[in-house]
Amino acid sequence: MNRIVTMAVAALFASASTTYAAEVVKVGFLTTLSGPASAPGVDERDGFTLALKTLGGKLGGVAAELIVVDDQFSPDAAKQGADRLIKRDKVDILSGFVYSNILLAVAPAAFASKTVVISANAGPAQLAGAGCSSYFFSASYQNDAAHEAAGKLMADKGYQRVAMIAPNYPAGKDAAGGFKRFLKKEPVLELFPKLGQLDFATEIAQLRAANIDALYFFLPGGMGVNFVKQYAAAGMDAKIVRVMPAYDADQQMLSNGDLIAGVANTGEWSSDLPNAENRAFVTAFVKEYGHQPSMFAAQAYDAAMLINAAVKAVGGKVDNREALIAALKAAKFNSLRGNFKFAANHFPIQNQYARVVSKGADGKYVNHMTATLLSDHVDVYADQCKMP
Amino acid sequence: MGNLIFEQVLNSLQFGIMLFLIASGLTLIFGVMNFINLAHGSFFMIGAYLAAWIAGLSGSFWLGLLGALPLTALLGFLLEWLVLRRLYQKDHMVQVLATFALILICNDAVRMIWGPQPLPLNMPSAFSGPVLLFGLPYSSFRLLVMALGIVVALALYFLINRTRMGMWVRAGANNLEMVGAMGINIRLLFRLVFSLGLMLAALAGIMLGPMVAVQAGMGDDVLILAFVVVVIGGIGSVPGAAVGALVVGVVDTLGRGLLPTLLSLFLSADAAASVGPAIGSMMIYLVMIAVLFWRPSGLFPARS
Repeated sequence: MNRIVTMAVAALFASASTTYAAEVVKVGFLTTLSGPASAPGVDERDGFTLALKTLGGKLGGVAAELIVVDDQFSPDAAKQGADRLIKRDKVDILSGFVYSNILLAVAPAAFASKTVVISANAGPAQLAGAGCSSYFFSASYQNDAAHEAAGKLMADKGYQRVAMIAPNYPAGKDAAGGFKRFLKKEPVLELFPKLGQLDFATEIAQLRAANIDALYFFLPGGMGVNFVKQYAAAGMDAKIVRVMPAYDADQQMLSNGDLIAGVANTGEWSSDLPNAENRAFVTAFVKEYGHQPSMFAAQAYDAAMLINAAVKAVGGKVDNREALIAALKAAKFNSLRGNFKFAANHFPIQNQYARVVSKGADGKYVNHMTATLLSDHVDVYADQCKMP
Repeated sequence: MGNLIFEQVLNSLQFGIMLFLIASGLTLIFGVMNFINLAHGSFFMIGAYLAAWIAGLSGSFWLGLLGALPLTALLGFLLEWLVLRRLYQKDHMVQVLATFALILICNDAVRMIWGPQPLPLNMPSAFSGPVLLFGLPYSSFRLLVMALGIVVALALYFLINRTRMGMWVRAGANNLEMVGAMGINIRLLFRLVFSLGLMLAALAGIMLGPMVAVQAGMGDDVLILAFVVVVIGGIGSVPGAAVGALVVGVVDTLGRGLLPTLLSLFLSADAAASVGPAIGSMMIYLVMIAVLFWRPSGLFPARS
């Protein structure tokens, strides 16, 4: 009897607490922080941390607690990390995520525990269409978008013999789908090496033999850096036009210098996007970390600003998940990409730009925006999403 | 098409020769000392880390290479003296457990010392570009790796077949007790074989470092491949390791390179694109199973 009373009282307290503003908003930040695939994760963490610093350590006026966990680029380690964040630390929001396979491994448990997931990068098709969830928001892009823009870029230029290479994992398949959707013809060669592969001798031989005019390569993290080095070392024809997604064409890739000069890339952000927030962000980031921000950093910064706006709108009552989700969906904030709005599947409606790697005034390589490829673009999966 | 096959054959050879460097040490240690050293791959990693570290400090890849080899051998010598020599009399399961623990310790140790991010190790600038090989531009660094591997393989052949130490090694792989009874210092022989094996692994790590990434755990995948080579070639046999390494190199490269094209003749492009790489990476294990089925003790068994 005593026990039942205790439980009832506990339950009462638990339900009562939802009506008060939380004392602290807990954000679990799960991302890849070790190994050659980790540069994007480090950038994400830095971008999110910078946003928190700008906001005075608060999200929506409530003290924020950020718990950063390394997923070690392994879905198993990520599941364990997410489990700890959800059950032990009882985070309200789970953010981070560079790689789609990691996000997909973690998502079911997070949704089941009513933890809101806000991806700062990965945006797999599986979460955008029929498998969409009201607990999931993408502060970045749907995976297809940059690849669709790259397909459009190549279709506009009218290249005849086109090849593409992407890792054999969910986002790699999304890449192939998106790229071909806007290229509007079949590439002469499609290569799908293993995710995390670092030696591309076999693939480079095939690309050489395919006698191509243009190559689209989506090889995240250290894969791309190695590919570009080995591509140059193998003496591939300099006339082949290379295009890549923009998020891989920042900081780490730019360290390749001359090897990457003139490579076109496509994405929703550029460090020279002309808006006040973006200029302030780039300046603050360079001051804080001593190097140019990448698209990963920009997306994570926007993720924090999105959370900030939503927490403010619900007056800090993040325990009321339905209200929090509604507030996230309607969040008004000045993102680094200008106005920010979600489609029905909680993925952003946004422009896709073309950028090109070129030498800056200080002799270092940077990306310059050259054109708008897609305007207010909505992904093809949004129609299949039926939110409960 | 001719060029493609030529380039893929070069790639297979380069991969196979690297595998040989790792597997020859592993097979020698197993054959002569009857000792399963799972930590062999860790020395592949430690060699690469030491080279990247020295190259980073001095700015020269060659200094890194020359400095890392004796340092790795010294570390191996210390490890043998401190830990491993106590394991020789234990059964294989204990050796596997103990050396697996060493893998974990080594991986975490390099993370603690050099951090979780990979260390940069660049190709020497003289070898960072291509050379023309019968009209085909090919990475000069890969050619260098191949040349170095062939030189080492020939030196190893000479060492084992033409020198006194080589005679001990061959005899040891065949019947260790008899070698001891003949008055050979087995302790010393073990230590020499062990250090030599680790130096070969380190050399492979240093040469592959610029082409992959110098990171914690880089030896783990390579170790599995090296074991496949040893099993295919016959445990304890260095010529077996050479043949096994070339077989794995060719099968893996051609499997990944040609299977998707072959499959697309029978399957839809989409199916071929997803099934091809999966089967391609399975090929070497299928070959290993086939070899074990028809030649259970490998292609060149050391003990007859």
